[in-house]
Amino acid sequence: MAERLAYLWPEITLFIATCVVMVIGLSPSAAVRKLCPLISGLSLAAAGIFAIGTTPTVAEGAQGLMPGMLPYAKAIIAVVGIMLVMLLAGTVDRGEEEELETGKRIFDAQRLTGGEFYAFFLFSLTGLMLTASADSLIWLFLALELTSLPTYVMVTISTARSKAKEAGIKYFFLGALGASIFLYGFSLLYGGTGAVNLVEIKNQIAIQLAGDGLNPITTAGLMLSIVGIGFKIAAVPMHYYTADVYQGAASPVSAMLAFVPKTAGFLALILLCAAIGWNSGETGHALPETIRLLLWVMAVLTMTLGNVLALLQTSMKRMLAYSSIAHSGYMLVGLIAGPGATFTESGISAIMFYLLTYGIMSTGAFAVIASLERAHAQRTQTGELAYDEADSIEAIRGLARTKPLLGWSLVICAFSLLGFPLTVGFFGKLPLFTAGVSAGETPLVVILGINSAIAAFYYLRLVAYPLFDEAGDEADGFVTTPIRTRTATGAIGAIAVLGMTVFAGPIIGLAHESVSPTLDSDTHTDDGIADEPKLEEPETIAGQ
Amino acid sequence: MLLPLLIVIPLLCAGLIVFNPREQARYIAAGGSLLSVVLGVAALMAFDWSKGGTDQLNFIMDWVPSLGLQMSLGTDSVSLLLIALTILLGPICIIGSFSAIKEHQKTYYAWLLILQSAMIGVFCARDLVLFYICFEFTLVPMYILIAMFGSSNRRNASTKFFLYTFTGSVIALAGFAYVAWQHSMLAGQWSFDMAELGATARSMNLHQQSWVLLALMAGFAVKVPLFPVHTWLPLAHTEAPTAGSVILAGVLLKLGTYGVYKFVLPFVPEAMLEYAPLLAVLAIIGIIYAGLICWVQTDIKKLVAYSSVSHLGFCMLGLFAVNSVGVTGSVLYMLNHGLSTGALFLMIGMMYERYHTRSMKEVGGLGSHMPIWSCFMVFFVMASVGLPGLNGFVSEIMCLVGTFQSGPWTGEAGATPGGTFGTLGPVYAALAGLGMIVAAMYLLYMTGKIVWGEYREPEGHHEHEELPKDLNAREIGVLIPLALGCLIFGLFPAPLMKAIEEPVNDTIAYVNAYNVDGTGRHTEWVHVEHASHDDHADDHAHDNGHDDGHGDHADDSHSEEDEGH
Repeated sequence: MAERLAYLWPEITLFIATCVVMVIGLSPSAAVRKLCPLISGLSLAAAGIFAIGTTPTVAEGAQGLMPGMLPYAKAIIAVVGIMLVMLLAGTVDRGEEEELETGKRIFDAQRLTGGEFYAFFLFSLTGLMLTASADSLIWLFLALELTSLPTYVMVTISTARSKAKEAGIKYFFLGALGASIFLYGFSLLYGGTGAVNLVEIKNQIAIQLAGDGLNPITTAGLMLSIVGIGFKIAAVPMHYYTADVYQGAASPVSAMLAFVPKTAGFLALILLCAAIGWNSGETGHALPETIRLLLWVMAVLTMTLGNVLALLQTSMKRMLAYSSIAHSGYMLVGLIAGPGATFTESGISAIMFYLLTYGIMSTGAFAVIASLERAHAQRTQTGELAYDEADSIEAIRGLARTKPLLGWSLVICAFSLLGFPLTVGFFGKLPLFTAGVSAGETPLVVILGINSAIAAFYYLRLVAYPLFDEAGDEADGFVTTPIRTRTATGAIGAIAVLGMTVFAGPIIGLAHESVSPTLDSDTHTDDGIADEPKLEEPETIAGQ
Repeated sequence: MLLPLLIVIPLLCAGLIVFNPREQARYIAAGGSLLSVVLGVAALMAFDWSKGGTDQLNFIMDWVPSLGLQMSLGTDSVSLLLIALTILLGPICIIGSFSAIKEHQKTYYAWLLILQSAMIGVFCARDLVLFYICFEFTLVPMYILIAMFGSSNRRNASTKFFLYTFTGSVIALAGFAYVAWQHSMLAGQWSFDMAELGATARSMNLHQQSWVLLALMAGFAVKVPLFPVHTWLPLAHTEAPTAGSVILAGVLLKLGTYGVYKFVLPFVPEAMLEYAPLLAVLAIIGIIYAGLICWVQTDIKKLVAYSSVSHLGFCMLGLFAVNSVGVTGSVLYMLNHGLSTGALFLMIGMMYERYHTRSMKEVGGLGSHMPIWSCFMVFFVMASVGLPGLNGFVSEIMCLVGTFQSGPWTGEAGATPGGTFGTLGPVYAALAGLGMIVAAMYLLYMTGKIVWGEYREPEGHHEHEELPKDLNAREIGVLIPLALGCLIFGLFPAPLMKAIEEPVNDTIAYVNAYNVDGTGRHTEWVHVEHASHDDHADDHAHDNGHDDGHGDHADDSHSEEDEGH
């Protein structure tokens, strides 16, 4: 048990910070309370450094299903996490602090929500990092739920508007449904293989595949698990909540929903598929036919439905919600392709890189929306202050002229979401293309291409409205938020999106390394995993 | 270092524009583009023209090694000529816009310069992903130029332009990825080097090649544009600001034909032979259909826009003919069309600045009012129609002759005398030849309405505050290089043809490899070399045809007969 701690320093750091934030969030002194976001950000930075510095590498004898994944996965979680903290800062505590300052309200520790909000956020990220570390089904389930449960609360308290409460309830019930489905799947998987440890499951499945193929209970378990986890990544048919929840929650929280559960879901899916074994499919496919077919249908429906529905939206938050669904569909292509020897062939490396790029560009886009708010805070029926953010697409008309920083940030992030060259989104999408083609999934890649083209229709609105239109009455009603970190997040997103094209090489290298040592056991036998059960061969692609 | 400089300098100037006052934007832009011209001339001089088929002025830098992506630049003579065209049009567009662009000058000139960088990047990229990046990126500046500086329907036009081309190129990307994957299986490692990928692609079987052809054509045909995916072009052209139209017609459309020349022919020659007749039919429909549409236009700009569709049909036809006459003609067409149609758009822009209308119904008889403008107009119309002695003629006739001589590939009986290896034939040439007649009809009809006849001006017309009634010195200065180009390339096309001979023949050689064991099922068509050497442009190209070593020499009597069209 003790040696396991070595993997968990990032999580431990975050957990300590969670406790600290929760306590000082209740401090009577405003100055102390205002430290909450700062401490959250610093703890994330520390967690990121720990993730890179203290996690045992494969060479140092790291064990588990995908041991090389941890440092990279946790580092990107920390990086995007810091952006998210900057964006989340002030979301719930702003109204409270304002009223306390002006003396309209007296200090009452029980009614403060600011500290909790940051604490929940850090809890969620702790769960996310734990997902990456998971080595058994039980750990995986707990980690996934630790990721999700705080987000239900965060959605609900994110604004004083009642629509946030509606969104929170909806999110909670559907989330519980998703959780019950994959928990049921996990239990069947245990029934089918007799193991909860992922490495043992992998061995059992390998034995089954070598025999008569997967037994029906294992197959059913895997399929239910995948569909259930589909809720986390907002994949069809578990996508229903997405648009309503994203719209109901405050934009910073929506940005978080676009990254945190999605990353948790994909990490879990990668672990599950790794447990099946990447060269277990017939006719050269990475995965067994039933699983591949399920993922295939999910991928096609997810990206197509996401993109087509995004076309019809006039609300930016809904549009980005559906686009978030579509991006999950793109990444599923990488999952179907499975790993490969080089970055261009490896769909898993592509997902690892895409998670980072998507996190940055979608956070950037949401940050711009979050930075636009109505000039005066409204009072809700319950007497709380609510800052109404921009939602209708009308609000960004002429944005590049009236507020150049926000406007151009949005334009650049939109181009990146579209996967346009000279933004990092292109480098994210290109390996999905090459990996898909390498895996012999050319039809899927063509569908991916067509979907990218459909996506151009609505992302172009995010480009054209700010750049070419005159600001109308609707847009005039919005001012830039006084919270500096929010506008900065948008700008950081845009700069990162452009800057990462220059430094894409090293980051891509890290993304690939993080998942590749597990794929090629032969070259790493000397590195201390010789005693491990035989891991799979590098995927060989049958010539067509 | 010349090529990277050519890309970087416009970008730097664009940066300078952003950080300098508005009034200086146009001068920085003009200075930057003129500096590019100087560098371009240096590149033309540094280039060893005797080895036109070899990539020269190479520059390689790692970019994203894990993707196999390199900043790999180089140019052969065809690419270099297109780069030269791009650079030449740069200052012409910028200086030509001085009076037309009053608002958002910084945005306008900055994006024009960025566009120039991207276009040069396309032509000198020797890495497939770099090519794709530049190819795609040309969309953004053009999109912004049309959407911000276009006329009334600009939003619609720009969106349509972006979506059409983006959709096509994403599908082409899937095709490229497929080729790259094939390469990785053969070579054991990923690379996006264009030469290496070409070799792999050629080794694919017909079935694979056909799919790749379809994917690549999806990307390039939209850009050209080939019927039936041409519908974005008239709108984009009509709505774009003058400089936008000039660049669109002059260079951006050539990205499509250049793509076909650089990728489709060398990558999938077998599929090209197989589907050339089908594609040629599309090109011919485009030629005639667009020509007929031109005939009924009253909006001059729209007329010239549709004429681009028609003209580029010839260019594509020459490429589909896959023989050296046709491809040489097609490459020349890319240059010549850039000059003459670019000039026509400039002319229309100059007229529009003075009369604020593009309708033939409202304006006419300008010969008496704007004699200098009218002279240039007639001159460029003639170049565009294909008057012998001007540039359009040479390339158009070569495309047609190439088509005429191309094939038939199979079936010895009734084979065309004088034919070369290919899958088109006289029927295609004859049908396309109709397009030349149509072109003469609509262009001369337009000229008649606009230049000659009784002077008409739109209601409420008053003189421009700044511009004189006729062209001023700046405008004349902008037009003269183009006019000289038209004249020189028309009278002395031989040096140009000599320059592109080697790369064109290299490309043709890939196709000729399918000319089985040299008998090619058409050895009987090979004729004894003619002794006669007249000034006909195509004659020279025939001489070039020797070098590919397949003995597909053409019969002059037939090409002359063809010129009668």
